[in-house]
Amino acid sequence: MRAVNSDRRMQVYGALLLLPAAILLGTFAYLPTIATLIDSLFLPGIRGEPPAFGGLANYQALIEDATFWKVARNNLVYALGTIPTSIALALGMALFVNARLPGRGFVRMAYFTPTILPMIAAANIWMFFYAPQIGLFNNLLDVLGIDGPNWLGNPRIALFSVIMMTIWKEAGFFMIFYLAALQSLPPDLQEAADLEGTTRWSFFWRVTFPLLMPTTLFVMINALINAVRVVDHLFILTKGGPNNATNLLLYYVYENAFSFFDRPYAATITVVILVVLAIVATVKFTVLDRRIHYQ
Amino acid sequence: MIRRVLAGIDAVSLFATEGRAMVDTKNNDNKRIRLEDVSKVWDGLAAVDQVTFDVSPGEFVILLGPSGCGKSTTLRMISGLEQTTAGRIVIGDRDVTREPPGNRGISMVFQSYALFPHLSVADNIVFGLRSRKVPKPQRQERLERVARMVGLEDYLDRKPAQLSGGQRQRVALARAIIAENAICLMDEPLSNLDARLRGDMRREIKALQQRLGMTVVYVTHDQVEAMSMGDRVILMHSGRIVQDGSPAELYNRPTTAFAASFIGSPAMNLIELEAMEGQTFIAKEPTVPIAWGDAGHCLLGLRPEDIVIQPSSAAGMPAQVIDEEYLGADTIVRVRVGNQTLRARLPGQQSMPSEHCRVDWPVTAAHFFTADSGERRDDIDAVAPATANSRSPISRDTAQPFPDQGAKR
Repeated sequence: MRAVNSDRRMQVYGALLLLPAAILLGTFAYLPTIATLIDSLFLPGIRGEPPAFGGLANYQALIEDATFWKVARNNLVYALGTIPTSIALALGMALFVNARLPGRGFVRMAYFTPTILPMIAAANIWMFFYAPQIGLFNNLLDVLGIDGPNWLGNPRIALFSVIMMTIWKEAGFFMIFYLAALQSLPPDLQEAADLEGTTRWSFFWRVTFPLLMPTTLFVMINALINAVRVVDHLFILTKGGPNNATNLLLYYVYENAFSFFDRPYAATITVVILVVLAIVATVKFTVLDRRIHYQ
Repeated sequence: MIRRVLAGIDAVSLFATEGRAMVDTKNNDNKRIRLEDVSKVWDGLAAVDQVTFDVSPGEFVILLGPSGCGKSTTLRMISGLEQTTAGRIVIGDRDVTREPPGNRGISMVFQSYALFPHLSVADNIVFGLRSRKVPKPQRQERLERVARMVGLEDYLDRKPAQLSGGQRQRVALARAIIAENAICLMDEPLSNLDARLRGDMRREIKALQQRLGMTVVYVTHDQVEAMSMGDRVILMHSGRIVQDGSPAELYNRPTTAFAASFIGSPAMNLIELEAMEGQTFIAKEPTVPIAWGDAGHCLLGLRPEDIVIQPSSAAGMPAQVIDEEYLGADTIVRVRVGNQTLRARLPGQQSMPSEHCRVDWPVTAAHFFTADSGERRDDIDAVAPATANSRSPISRDTAQPFPDQGAKR
């Protein structure tokens, strides 16, 4: 009897320990998710009427919404444009500052600076870089006798301009993870390889890169999440324009919710984003983790 | 274990005949190592200070010393992983002082094994062969041979994390010998193994070295490894070579007090002396001389196993038993003589009947070292306590229990 009591008491004790985290997660993650899911099933109430249940009508509208597909495609281009490049750049920078070079502390800090800058401030700096007449880039191109484009105004290159800025902002951040991983690699692996006359290139591909895979995966997931949740710099740079050329998913959600006041539709897009991210996470945990060597 | 070693013999003889074509064994010159005044200075401090030695082909040389004595740095300079500050390193007849590690024709076993954690045992072993672009069929053939030799055939698909310490050690060994280099450097390879496994691996490494005719330079701080494996032991201290000789020489004729205290377990007793009236005594024990003449500036070195403990009625140096430590095969007894503490190693289990006793040692067991420089002195006229005791006028008075010994004189 007593044993049962003490057993139950331990369970209550454990539950109490879990409670703070459970409340926080429930209130700020699961509850909003469920609310969003419910929201997405209603149609917006017109002229103060209460929202009416619409079933999958919003999802139907979404499939037929050309802007949504354009935004989704933009986001895919944005993800493909930013993720591989910023990861490659981050790895390159990490390898560079991991070597013994004079003033490497300074170089490391310089690489990391974009990460410290608040997004709005960074976007303002890039506004100046990209400005058509007075901008830094076009002034530099002028010197070379090239008539620079309207970086943010031309629908063909506006998305590319946004991608460039994101790479600049993210590469330094990812570099820190690579640097930490590189420094945890035992130096005697390099020595063992040196004794066999292994070239640096071959050592990188046969040892360093595979051992950095856990970091690469982590960085990749982070980069993907970042790619989907860009709002702030679009706000400063382009506001999604021109003609939705730089509009991305979360900014489109924002527009629907707060510019067009169509909250159910915004909720619908959010649900789609969540599903896509959930699929990515599942692939990460089930397929990729098994193929990667963790120390 | 024995079966594995026996099974290894066939494989090894096979290996040796096939290996001959690759590692030209008739011409032994590529197995010779010579260091000439090699130094390594870090921030003005010499970690290795003008070290000079030769390693003959097929020799098993131990670099022995306490941590921080420069033995690992010396090894790393031979391998090329560390650049020399001064001096020349010659392998065969080639000056390799400025050659990169990969061009020196050496293999190395690291203390940490340095296995690639993401590669299977097989890939780890052939890693170097792939770097050297050895064709795949040949790689496979050599892998099978070497894996058989070290008893890893059943583990080739495993990752290092799935192996025991001893198995990882074998992978590291296999990786070193598959290159078929004439020279193998080993940096404390056994220090991460438990005591029993260490004993087995000692014998296996030694046997492997002899069968393959490799030249081995082996770094350790473990005197047991040094004594049991080495054809020659180079004892280092503070970046310098203290003594360079066979294990027996190091044990029987240590050239300095440091060498004396480093070899042997327990270490050699180093006893402070004082001189009185042309005779030398153990400090604060002015009854029985241990040497004729003035040797007060010296230390007396006595191996614990050379000391004999006798009842207080026998002849010898009067002493008091402090304690005894039973180790199974033998017993370590600590005794006080004057103000000095001596350790004696006695066979079997011994219990001292009383506190008072006499200690004695043969005159050949006494080593003398200058107290300040630690240098060996062979010019001291030592005397065994029992002999001195029977001759000394002082002892005649104190040595009450031996009237006939006194009368003999």
